[in-house]
Amino acid sequence: MDREYKNARVLMAGEKLREILEKLTKEIYEKNKDEDRLLIVGIKRRGEILAKRIAKSLGTKINVAFGSIDITLYRDDLTSIDKKPIVRKTEIPFNIDDQNLLLVDDVLFTGRTVRSALTELVDFGRPKRVQLAVFIDREERELPICPDFVGKSLKVGKKEMVEVRLHEIDEEECVLIVPR
Amino acid sequence: MCADSSEIKGLKRKDLLGILELEKEEIEFILDTAISFKEILERPIKVVPYLRGKTVAFLFFEPSTRTLNSFSLAARRLSCDSVSVSASSSSVLKGETLLDTAKNLEAMKLNFVVVRHSSPGASHILAKNLTSSVINAGDGSHEHPTQALLDLLTIKEHFGKFEGLKVLIVGDIEHSRVARSDIWGMKKLGMDVSVCGPPTLIPRDIEKMGVRVYYNLKEAIENKDIIYVLRIQKERQKRGLFPSTREYINLYSITEEVLEKHAKRDVVIMHPGPVNRGIEIAPSVADGTRSLILPQVTNGVAIRMACFYLLPGGEGREEGRVKREEG
Repeated sequence: MDREYKNARVLMAGEKLREILEKLTKEIYEKNKDEDRLLIVGIKRRGEILAKRIAKSLGTKINVAFGSIDITLYRDDLTSIDKKPIVRKTEIPFNIDDQNLLLVDDVLFTGRTVRSALTELVDFGRPKRVQLAVFIDREERELPICPDFVGKSLKVGKKEMVEVRLHEIDEEECVLIVPR
Repeated sequence: MCADSSEIKGLKRKDLLGILELEKEEIEFILDTAISFKEILERPIKVVPYLRGKTVAFLFFEPSTRTLNSFSLAARRLSCDSVSVSASSSSVLKGETLLDTAKNLEAMKLNFVVVRHSSPGASHILAKNLTSSVINAGDGSHEHPTQALLDLLTIKEHFGKFEGLKVLIVGDIEHSRVARSDIWGMKKLGMDVSVCGPPTLIPRDIEKMGVRVYYNLKEAIENKDIIYVLRIQKERQKRGLFPSTREYINLYSITEEVLEKHAKRDVVIMHPGPVNRGIEIAPSVADGTRSLILPQVTNGVAIRMACFYLLPGGEGREEGRVKREEG
């Protein structure tokens, strides 16, 4: 268990998390099975991991390509912070012009991350359509952003954080609710 | 996205003045950041909005093509505005001091000052007196930190490591700020550093920097992974520290022939530019398959973008902690 957070509540773990991801993937498949190709772009870092898993399981059925995006340089709160978030590499190894694209993130909250990702994507081209899949939708939007696919909707207090932890980088697989 | 606190780091400084003062971890952090920035240079639209509304002043009191353009491009790629001052066209000619020029510019609301000056320590003086972040783009024969960082990035990309790599720096070590910054950086990262050149161009106490000294090139290049060729700086050679250019070429020029006979097969060649073709390096070597000279130039833009990103840029150092953002 994560020792950083003493008062963390575990919302779900292991098998349950995989089940929800499977259901999410199936919904994405149903909506996209007649498309020529689906470009799946995950928002770093945990959105990228989820996107990779989704791409892997969809890849056996439909034509998919996988990329990832780091939105740090497009954030709207950077001037107000002193230390700098680590900038990771954006990897979009395909032309997105006129393509069917799926953006993936772990938690949708204010909508500001997705706004940044959309702004960044535009610098790579003009997709035909962008869909949004999130594992957790915790409501309390601050921008007009709406997901197309949701793993699980949650109502948690503004003072709480939702953390999705994935074994690829966290050595555990669970969703935590952490007091701020 | 969850911004873990472990994902938020900064350089522990307002300015980038030299490699000597940087910790190994800071160097590695700058290099890692630059690798992410390289991707931006490959995009269809090669600009990110990060420094919108910020301004950098370039104070170049010595000539420069590569460094100034590289900094300038790095700033533009980050949406940073810039103003440029050169000694030949400014009030420096009317007797204004460096500090006055800089303070006046800062009064126009600047975030970064990039300075190149013939006096060692010029950037330190500015850093002490300005709230903007100062980047040293070369101060006399003292330091040229962004050059060393781009060299290190090029080495990291080619070899995937630093530890144990053997590098030979050839040429005018005495007058070279590039050599000084590189030696400090390379040593910090665990490389094995040697220098080679005419005795008059090797600083007397250089061994104290932890480097080996050779005077015979053929002997020196054996077993080296990297040969870093310095430019013969004609502008700093007024005292005639070597008898003739021809003699220098005979003894120290890096040619195909010398490499074939004495160097490792997979040796790579680096040079900070501008190249004096046929003097310190043969054109066929500079343009050859072993040369990393152009990758060095590309990496220069990425390194300078990373420096602009990581320095606070005159925003002051309020202890505004980063909120753990989700969203």
